[in-house]
Amino acid sequence: MIGRQPDENPAGIHLPLDPLPGHTSRGRLERVLRRGEFAVTTELNPPDSADPEDVYNRAKIFDGWVDAINAVDASGANCHMSSVGICALLTRMGYAPIMQIACRDRNRIAIQGDVLGGAAMGVANMLCLTGDGVQAGDQPGAKPVFDLDCMSLLETCRIMRDNGKFLSGRKLTTPPQLFLGAAINPFAPPIDFRPYRLGKKIAAGAQFVQSQYCFDVPMFRTYMQQVRDLGFTEKCFILCGVGPLASAKTAKWIRSNVPGIHIPDSIVKRLEGAQDQKKEGKQLCIDIINEVKEIPGVCGVHVMAYRQEEYVAEIVDESGVLKGRQPWKREIRRDDQLVADRLDHILHDEITETQVDMVKTAH
Amino acid sequence: MSEKTPAITQATLVKKAAPKSDYKPADVSPQRRVQRSFAVRLWSVRHSRLLEWFYARFSDMFLLLHPLWKRIGYGRVEGPIKFVEKRVKGFMFDCRMCGQCVLSSTGMSCPMNCPKQLRNGPCGGVRANGNCEVEPDMPCVWVKAWEGSRNMAHGDKILDVQKPVDQSLRETSAWLRVTAQAAAAREAARNVPKPGAPA
Ligand code: SF4
Repeated sequence: MIGRQPDENPAGIHLPLDPLPGHTSRGRLERVLRRGEFAVTTELNPPDSADPEDVYNRAKIFDGWVDAINAVDASGANCHMSSVGICALLTRMGYAPIMQIACRDRNRIAIQGDVLGGAAMGVANMLCLTGDGVQAGDQPGAKPVFDLDCMSLLETCRIMRDNGKFLSGRKLTTPPQLFLGAAINPFAPPIDFRPYRLGKKIAAGAQFVQSQYCFDVPMFRTYMQQVRDLGFTEKCFILCGVGPLASAKTAKWIRSNVPGIHIPDSIVKRLEGAQDQKKEGKQLCIDIINEVKEIPGVCGVHVMAYRQEEYVAEIVDESGVLKGRQPWKREIRRDDQLVADRLDHILHDEITETQVDMVKTAH
Repeated sequence: MSEKTPAITQATLVKKAAPKSDYKPADVSPQRRVQRSFAVRLWSVRHSRLLEWFYARFSDMFLLLHPLWKRIGYGRVEGPIKFVEKRVKGFMFDCRMCGQCVLSSTGMSCPMNCPKQLRNGPCGGVRANGNCEVEPDMPCVWVKAWEGSRNMAHGDKILDVQKPVDQSLRETSAWLRVTAQAAAAREAARNVPKPGAPA
C-alpha cells in the first residue's frame, strides 16, 4: 500500500485533482483555502538560466512548508525565465504553481494563448497583475505593452473559464479550469479608493488576492475593517504579503527606491537598534505574521523572501501558522523507489545475476 | 512582487553604461515629452462637477443635432468634428484620442495619460506623495481621478469595470460615436411595442 498525501492525484502527482463541487479549479491551493485552512504561499526566485535543475533546486527548499509557489513574470521588469516555463517545470513535478501574468510584456493575443497553454500544463492558479513599468528594470528601452490592465485581464480569464470563449467571442473547445487571483496594495494612495478597488477586482473575477509587503499592521487592520464592512471577505480569500528585511539599510533603500512598498519609521528604528539585523528582520516578519493572522478575513500569508528563500521554512515554522498541518510535499513513491533501488543495484554493483540466483534470493 | 537589491539597481547600471554625449534630453520619459504642464489637466479635475454638468448638456445638444449629422453624413462631419474635439479635449484633459471616452467615469482625469494606460484604477506603485511610479513629477492620474469622481454627481461610475481599449478606434471622434449610439438606442426603444398596446 502506498501512503498517499492529501490533495494528490493517485494516478500521478503531475495530474490535476478530482473536481469538487463549488471549486472552479482542480488545484491544491483552492482546496486548502476552501477547507478553511490557513494557506501559505511563497515566491520562487526565477533563475537566469536554461537549466531546469535551477528551478527544481529553488523549489525544493519550500518542500512541505507552502501550499503554492508564485512563478513571477519578470518582476521589477527584469528579464528572467518566463513564468510559463517555470510553471511547466513545476507542474511536471507535482508542485502547485501560481502563474503570474503581467500586462507589461504581452498583448491580449499572447496572454490568452498563455492562459490556455498554462492551464493545459496543469496550472490551476493564475495571478493577474499590471506589472511594474519598464523603467524599473534592466531593459528600460523596451516597449511597454500594457494592452490589458489587471482588471480586464481578470475579466478575460474569467470569460474564458466561465463562458468558454475568447475575448473576441470565439469558442474554446475545452475551457481552462482556473482559480483566479490578483494583487492588492492597501498601502499606496489613494487610500480610501483601495477597498473599492478590491471590490472591482472581485467583480472582474478575483477569487483570491495577495497583498503587497505589509509592514504597517495598523494600516492593514484599518483596510481589512473597511473590506469586511463592504462584505468582500466573503467573496474572496485575502492573503497578506510578508517578508523578512535583510537590514535597516535595505529597508531604507526599498522605501526610497521601490514604489508601492510602505515601511514605517518604527520598523527601520527597530532594525537599526538590533545587534544582528538579519535575525531581527526575520523576527520582525514572524511578529507581523502573528499579528495579521488574527485579523478576521485574512486567509493566509504570502511570504516573499527575495534572495533569502532559505528563511521561508523557518519563518513559517516559527510563526506556527500551519498549526501542525503539513502542506503537500514532493515524495518519491514507494514503487518508484523500489525500481530506482533495483536499477541502482543492477547498474552500479559489480554482480552478474543469473535467474537461478535470483529465484534463490527471492525465497 | 518587487525587487529589493540593495544600493544599485540593474536600471542604474544600464543607464551608467549608456554612451555619453553632451545632448541630454531634460524629460524623464518619452511619455512626458509630449506633454505641457499639468495645470489645465488638474484644473479640469478640480472642476469635475461643473464639467460633468456641461458634458451632459453638450451631449444632449449633439443628440438633438443627430438628424443634421445624418443628413450631412457622419462620415463627412467626422473630419471637422474630430479636429475640434482633439484640440478642445487635448487642451482640457491632455486627451489622447482613444476614441472611447471614459472621462465621465474617471473623474474627468484622462486615464490614457497613465504611463500604463490603466482604465480601471491605480496600480500598486503610486508614490506616498500621490505621484506616479513611472514619472516621479507627475501626479498619479488615478489619484486625481478618485478626487475628481468624489465631486461628481455620478462619481460612482468609477467603480464600474471598464472593457479593454479597442485600439482600432484610436483617432476617431468619441463624441460622434456616443451620439450615434444614443440615437440608435433611442430608435430601438421607440420601435419596441408598448406592453399592452394592440399589435
Ligand atoms: S502611478 Fe498612477 S499614473 Fe502612474 S502608472 Fe500607476 S496608476 Fe498610472
